[in-house]
Amino acid sequence: MSETESETRTAERAVQTGAEAAISALEDAGVEVGFGVQGGAIMPVYDALGQSDIRHVTMAHEQGAAHAADAYGIVTGEPGLCLATSGPGATNLVTGLADADMDSDPMVALTGQVPTDMVGNDAFQETDTTGVTTPITKTNYFATDAGTVGDTVRDAVAAASEGRQGPTLVDLPKDVTQAETATSPSHEPETKPTPEAPAEAVDEAARAFAAAEKPVILAGGGVIKGEATPELRQFAVDHGVPVVTTMPGVGAFDETHPLALGMAGMHGTGPANMALTHCDFMLAVGTRFDDRLTGGVETFAPAARIAHIDIDASEVSKNVHADYPLIGDASAVLHQLDSAVPRSPDAADWQAQCETWEREYPMDYDAPEDEPVKPQFVVEAVDEATAGDTVVTTGVGQHQMWAVQYWTFTEPRTWVSSHGLGTMGYGLPAAIGAKVAAPEREVVSFEGDGSFLMTCQELSVAVREELDITVFVLNNEAIGMVRQWQDAFFEGRRTASEYPWGPDFATVAEAFGAAGFTIDTYDDVADTVEAAREYDGPSVVDCRIDPREDVYPMVPSGGDNGAFALREEHL
Amino acid sequence: MTGGLQGPDPEERQQATGRRNSQGIRIDPDVEAEPAERREVLSALVDHEPGVLSEVAGLFARRQFNIESLTVGPTTDEGMARMTIVVREPGPGVEQAKRQLRKLAPVHSVSELSGAVERELALIKVEDDDPAGVAAVAEMYGGEAVEAGPEVVTVELTGSEEAVDAAIAAFERFGVREVARTGTAALAGGTQETRESND
Repeated sequence: MSETESETRTAERAVQTGAEAAISALEDAGVEVGFGVQGGAIMPVYDALGQSDIRHVTMAHEQGAAHAADAYGIVTGEPGLCLATSGPGATNLVTGLADADMDSDPMVALTGQVPTDMVGNDAFQETDTTGVTTPITKTNYFATDAGTVGDTVRDAVAAASEGRQGPTLVDLPKDVTQAETATSPSHEPETKPTPEAPAEAVDEAARAFAAAEKPVILAGGGVIKGEATPELRQFAVDHGVPVVTTMPGVGAFDETHPLALGMAGMHGTGPANMALTHCDFMLAVGTRFDDRLTGGVETFAPAARIAHIDIDASEVSKNVHADYPLIGDASAVLHQLDSAVPRSPDAADWQAQCETWEREYPMDYDAPEDEPVKPQFVVEAVDEATAGDTVVTTGVGQHQMWAVQYWTFTEPRTWVSSHGLGTMGYGLPAAIGAKVAAPEREVVSFEGDGSFLMTCQELSVAVREELDITVFVLNNEAIGMVRQWQDAFFEGRRTASEYPWGPDFATVAEAFGAAGFTIDTYDDVADTVEAAREYDGPSVVDCRIDPREDVYPMVPSGGDNGAFALREEHL
Repeated sequence: MTGGLQGPDPEERQQATGRRNSQGIRIDPDVEAEPAERREVLSALVDHEPGVLSEVAGLFARRQFNIESLTVGPTTDEGMARMTIVVREPGPGVEQAKRQLRKLAPVHSVSELSGAVERELALIKVEDDDPAGVAAVAEMYGGEAVEAGPEVVTVELTGSEEAVDAAIAAFERFGVREVARTGTAALAGGTQETRESND
């Protein structure tokens, strides 16, 4: 090829549509997979996507696309991509965006929009997508011309993962993605330095920590998102500090370690809630002190001086006042703090106290042979059968709590759940996203019957994509957490919470082309778990569990963590 | 699996000492527990583009910060606008408002102004039955009539929020038909720049 020919080709390549610019920006940013649903206004983007190396997983519903992208982001640490058309496509993403926003999960959404000259005229499938999603995205963008759309997409990907992670969205009017442009991307995204906390603040916190007699570490989801798990583990072990996690923080600390007290909060363990309530110093890392964790703030760690490491200044002293605010990157600040600590706290008595609480309040359940199968037993059986790096996803409700309570988590990025928003139906699409993200790892999902019904159409995707995931539906014929609250707080009036009308989930699975199994008795459990796991493809196990089983321990909403109930009469 | 959750009942457990207030601040028995509400003037430099006002106003609405007034206008920098937001919140609420504002992508800086120059513009439409009286009051508050009709006179005046309140109260005796107020605009005093402070 002559030099002139080569130049001509370069020039030809340089002219591209807005859609092509958007897709090459994604490729440049290292995006490998997208989850989405086609539609009118997004068609030019899909046309360009189809000619790229990015794999596309067509989902049954845009909500499924958002949850799959969210789970992909949790498992890989890189932003998950979802795509939807304008109007209903975009509004169907809303739940997934809000979920990712609450849990600070890195995600990028591309939505189609009606052509610019029709915006504001209530055109077919028009919704003010940036308006609708402003409160539930980290930031969003309305693309205005083909020449800059590549930069906008690049910025959206960068914003999703920098600092406190979260979902971003780019709304793409059809004329912008169809127009041709000769402009190439104009700038590289800035790489910001890893922020450290001011040395003086670190020194103060370090001295207070060293002087503590009852120190505890509260590890939040920010430990995992900030890749600070090794630093946190090292710090805890070096200084002999008991570790409690939040729900998103599950996996930040090995639950088999002697210093691990488990998850705290509404359905946390006894030792975790006792340690939080009685500590005199708390090192909180990457947590927003959600009300499900704190219970009533008046009684939350009432005697503790709190050091709070967080990348987001607005989380420090938002819900619970931080005596030692340490704003910065979790791993960097843990390094700083470790170097500044003059000596480990003298906390032998406190460690012994925490061990006493662990002996006093073991996680346990009653499982008489002549009663229906207990859900906790199923969770333990699956945990025992699988390897340590298995990814567990869940929906929201009682089954989610049993999963987090009775599964022993040892590694970060193995627990994928809807924490802050509490989205029923999250588990199956999240399992799809997780399996696409980590095909070499086993992925199991615990769902409730009510939760599973909300998104079970995504089974069609798992079958088509040949994703070997195993879904355990802990079926108590109810939206059980509501039923439990009705029994405890509404004198047992079970309005709209009982679901005896649900389908046979094994048959549902088979109709989609997946394998279906049923567990009716304890004798079925081990063999069925094995058979479902061994099936090469998606399988669903309808676990007919004891409909009377409740989730305990429990701190009632706004209650005192130290006064957690072990059974209903304690409420 | 040995028979359900065990352990001492809630009332048999060790009781925690201390308490926090509703804002999560550890209560020092010697110090007043609830921080008092205060009025603060926040000044934000933002991208001068559509949608920013709605984003800021939406943030204040959904996080339930109390706004007394919000003004917006261009600055010496073509791409930037200044928003002056008067909030009435307890100390932690003011801090939280500032931190949440700083997180918005189009917001470049937020500062809390103390000792600032604060002014508000008001247009007051007064019954014109007593032109000399209206003129006297207008003069007293540094205002001037900008339009006089057969029945009403419209007075324009600027001043601090309190001065504008006082002027309107003084015009009440003639009969005030309508009032339009801009809300407070403010700049840091002296040579100090109205930009991000270090907190």
